[in-house]
Amino acid sequence: MSTPVPNPLVLVAELTHRCPLHCVYCSNPLELTKRENELSTETWARVLGEAAELGILQVDFTGGEPLARPDLTQLVSAARAAGLYASLITSGLPLDEKRLDALSSAGLDHFQLSFQGAHRESAAKISGTETHAQKLSVARWVKQRRMGLTLNFVIHRENLGELKDMVRLAEEIGPERVEFAHVQYYGWAFKNRMKLLPTREQLAGSLEIIRQAEERLRGRIRVEYVVPDYYAKYPKACMGGWGRKVLLLKPDGDALPCHAANVLPGMTFENVSRRSLRQIWYESDSFQKYRGEGWMPELCRTCDRRGQDFGGCRCQAFLLAHDSGSTDPVCSKSSQRVLVDAILADVDAMARSEAATAVSPPAPAPDWVYRANPR
Amino acid sequence: MSTPDLNSRPRLAPGCRLSETSKPQRVLLMPERALRLNGPSLEIIERCDGNHTVGQIVTELQKRYSKAQPEKVESDILGYLGRLHDQRALDFD
Ligand code: SF4
Ligand code: SF4
Repeated sequence: MSTPVPNPLVLVAELTHRCPLHCVYCSNPLELTKRENELSTETWARVLGEAAELGILQVDFTGGEPLARPDLTQLVSAARAAGLYASLITSGLPLDEKRLDALSSAGLDHFQLSFQGAHRESAAKISGTETHAQKLSVARWVKQRRMGLTLNFVIHRENLGELKDMVRLAEEIGPERVEFAHVQYYGWAFKNRMKLLPTREQLAGSLEIIRQAEERLRGRIRVEYVVPDYYAKYPKACMGGWGRKVLLLKPDGDALPCHAANVLPGMTFENVSRRSLRQIWYESDSFQKYRGEGWMPELCRTCDRRGQDFGGCRCQAFLLAHDSGSTDPVCSKSSQRVLVDAILADVDAMARSEAATAVSPPAPAPDWVYRANPR
Repeated sequence: MSTPDLNSRPRLAPGCRLSETSKPQRVLLMPERALRLNGPSLEIIERCDGNHTVGQIVTELQKRYSKAQPEKVESDILGYLGRLHDQRALDFD
């Protein structure tokens, strides 16, 4: 019954955990890799070659903040030399035009710029830094160089009210693509989830705004919207299915099937300094563990949707139901769905009490858990 | 969906390019996606170079696929280009 394992298509290269921002929803692990443990330029170059040989088409350079790696331009060149499509996922700082020119000549195909809000003030509150003006300049520079540009707005309850302004900002900048993505509740965001999750009502309002934007911008800007799956009936396929499409490398070279897989207990990961990407993809325990259908609980194994969502996200199953081998609790067929509904009910109650504080004495809102700056 | 003008000259949008010829399966690479190209779709995309007009692409493919109905070839091409334009893979200059 075992179907052949497909080759990976995307390499997510987390070059560093260093980052000048301190986002409250950062999906970086709570324990950050130190700089001296980051892979060298040579190792990355070898790995990029192996990736192309494995059939990978695209590499996403990300972090932390990938611009914190002084050798980023060399890595882009290495990716292009190997025949890969090279994307940079960045907050846009620190970056000046000279460095962008170097990246562009090295063959960078696509630039994804993340925004924390539509306005300077809200962005500063979320990221703990002043970055807005710089981002606007960077977007302009990228367009002047005819690189692909995606704007990525990370959204959550605190900034969802600005959604219309975000759409307007995107329209002014004019990228090929804009992505509005609700925070995924892992890592820091899981700790802050009561503060980040929108209410059902807010979500419905935002869907309408997005629908209108899609229609108005068709042919000019491609609009994509990623909703929080807590409100969905069925879970999302985590990374297109465990070990099916994406291979992710941590700054120290550990290979993971999913960016939060290191929260799962009892998992050990192979490292590219000791094994080839091919061995890791096809043979390692961690990639095999939730690949295919063998691991699935009865509920998923007998379900028609198993080829679409693959039983959902393993990390969510672990974080919410404390069992990484169980059906994703977001799934409405799961008996654990009550856990998700309880969170949503709390969110609703909290939003209502926040609204009530407009006339009554202020109730203490939960404090953000800020991420300390890695050294 | 937008219907392309026969006189416009499509070219790949920023961030989109064809994979290298050395690879057996040609694909159109774009942000977060890759589109497999076979036979006619590759022949269309290869002509989206900012020089060919939509009309020229249609005529050339009608010649190549002379056994197919010319109207069908035309409407298939227009549909294909329109969809790619909406996905921001093509600009019409
Ligand atoms: S989410 Fe924010 S703090 Fe975290 S890595 Fe990205 S930009 Fe840096
Ligand atoms: S039971 Fe499993 S496979 Fe079916 S929809 Fe739910 S999570 Fe997906």
